[in-house]
Amino acid sequence: MYNLIGAGLIVIGGGIGLGQIGSKAMEGIARQPEAAGKIQTAMIIIGALLEGLAFGALILGK
Amino acid sequence: MIAKKSITFIAVLVLALVSFKGFAGDEGHHDKGNTIDTPDEIKEYIGHHLKDAHDFHLFSDNASGKHYGFPLPVIVWTSKGLKTFMSSAFHHDDAGHTIVDKGDVKLTKIHSKIYELDAGATSVNFDETHHATNAHKVLDFSITKSVFGMLLAGLLMLLGFTALARGYKKGKKIPTGFGRVLEPLVIYVRDDIARPNIGEKKYRKFMGFLLTVFFFIWILNLLGLTPLGFNVTGQIAVTACLAIFTVIIYLFSGSKDFWAHTLWMPGVPVILRPILAVIELIGFVLIKPFSLLVRLFANMTAGHFVVMSLIALMITLKEAFGPVGSTGMSLVLALFISVIEILVAFLQAFIFTMLSSLFIGMAVEEHDHH
Amino acid sequence: METLLNDFSVGLFVMQAVILLILILLMRKFAWKPILNALDERETGIEDALKSAENAKREMENLQASNQKLLQEARTEREAMLKEAREIKTKMIEDAKTEAKEEAEKLMTQAQASIETEKKAAIADLKSQVASLSIDIAEKVVRQELSNKDKQEQLVASLLGEATLN
Repeated sequence: MYNLIGAGLIVIGGGIGLGQIGSKAMEGIARQPEAAGKIQTAMIIIGALLEGLAFGALILGK
Repeated sequence: MIAKKSITFIAVLVLALVSFKGFAGDEGHHDKGNTIDTPDEIKEYIGHHLKDAHDFHLFSDNASGKHYGFPLPVIVWTSKGLKTFMSSAFHHDDAGHTIVDKGDVKLTKIHSKIYELDAGATSVNFDETHHATNAHKVLDFSITKSVFGMLLAGLLMLLGFTALARGYKKGKKIPTGFGRVLEPLVIYVRDDIARPNIGEKKYRKFMGFLLTVFFFIWILNLLGLTPLGFNVTGQIAVTACLAIFTVIIYLFSGSKDFWAHTLWMPGVPVILRPILAVIELIGFVLIKPFSLLVRLFANMTAGHFVVMSLIALMITLKEAFGPVGSTGMSLVLALFISVIEILVAFLQAFIFTMLSSLFIGMAVEEHDHH
Repeated sequence: METLLNDFSVGLFVMQAVILLILILLMRKFAWKPILNALDERETGIEDALKSAENAKREMENLQASNQKLLQEARTEREAMLKEAREIKTKMIEDAKTEAKEEAEKLMTQAQASIETEKKAAIADLKSQVASLSIDIAEKVVRQELSNKDKQEQLVASLLGEATLN
């Protein structure tokens, strides 16, 4: 039961983080469309790091 | 040329699968005519799929209790030495009922793991948490389904890329056929993953590892999306091995600057330096590989889980929406998620390679002296 | 975590490590090395081609520049030559003019001198002729006059009168 609550909290946190990354990246791309490639790569890397963190927490709690 | 070759190869493989159909199975544990239709059974089925298997199981005919697929060799290191036999000896039993007697040791399979019975025991006893009390796990070097998938992926890679390499050797400047698809991918890994992260001077040394890992993961991820039912990159041992390779590579190719900055960070008060060194070391030796392995494992497992759950909607929602409605719904949803999974298959291979090259880049970087 | 550790198969790990190691070595030897070398070769080839094209362009430009320079030189030389020729021409004309003038002057003076001598000779001739003529006339007159005695005396008288005036 507590595991599930923890998992929910992790997902909420990760979701907020990913949303931030995505929104900022899109703002950046809208502002500078010519840098879209670089921003995308950076976004994916940061997203992956965040994902790793969230998954790590999920797995540890499982 | 290569395209034709790989098509022939796949055709041969499919033929091989077909010709292996229906090996044994009557003594199977499943009750005849018992289809998987309750949520618990579905959960167990999915859980079983996510695990490694000792035989290549394609599908079962529950009405006749027949299983279609082919057995794979089991190679185990027991207390009495190396034992090999085909997995068909277990007769699809996965609960420790069938005991294979190899003369001096008795082996059985419980939840996709092979156990050796303690001396004198003739059947497995379970405690109330369903742990075997008189058997222990053995070192299992079997050609399991995952190993088979890896071998298949390796073979595909060898066939595809050696053909591309041979094309160049013949003096052709531009690849033909399937090589035209592969070449941009190689260039992509080199120019967009390795070069910017490792640096112009040193990237060449790591290209062999990065390219192999990228295509290996990608092909295995894609194989996981086929109905063959591989879940190789969803095995934590596999992703752990990949991550440990990365760690070994970056730890052993670390420059003097890297170690200096990791163990005795300049420009920081001396008291803080040991603490920083511990943090950095934990980061490089534990956290980074852990995040690498967990990310790939969790993504692929979650992907398989979601796709299979959506397919299972066909059964679980039959009551509520009728057979046509539930089937249509599950097909549409599963198709949608499968398309996303194709993207994820590439993305995870990309991210694993990208982060590996990023970490390698951190390790080999030579700082300007402050 | 426990279920994961339970799922972790050491055997699979070992098999995977062996397979991956062999695969990396095989792929490196038979695929990646030749492919990357071929790519590098192709890229350096393209780069070289571009560079040589650039060089050719630069050489062409140099050639053109040197051509331009040569042309410019030729032009200035031609101009100088023309200028010199013009100068020579004017000088020659000038020289010819002065020479001609001198010649003409010389001729003139000669002519004048000869005219003068001719004139003098003519005058002398005229004088002598006039003298002889006047003598003739005088003779005739005298002869005629002297045939008359009065007149002779008259004449002598006038002559004498003139003589005194001289």
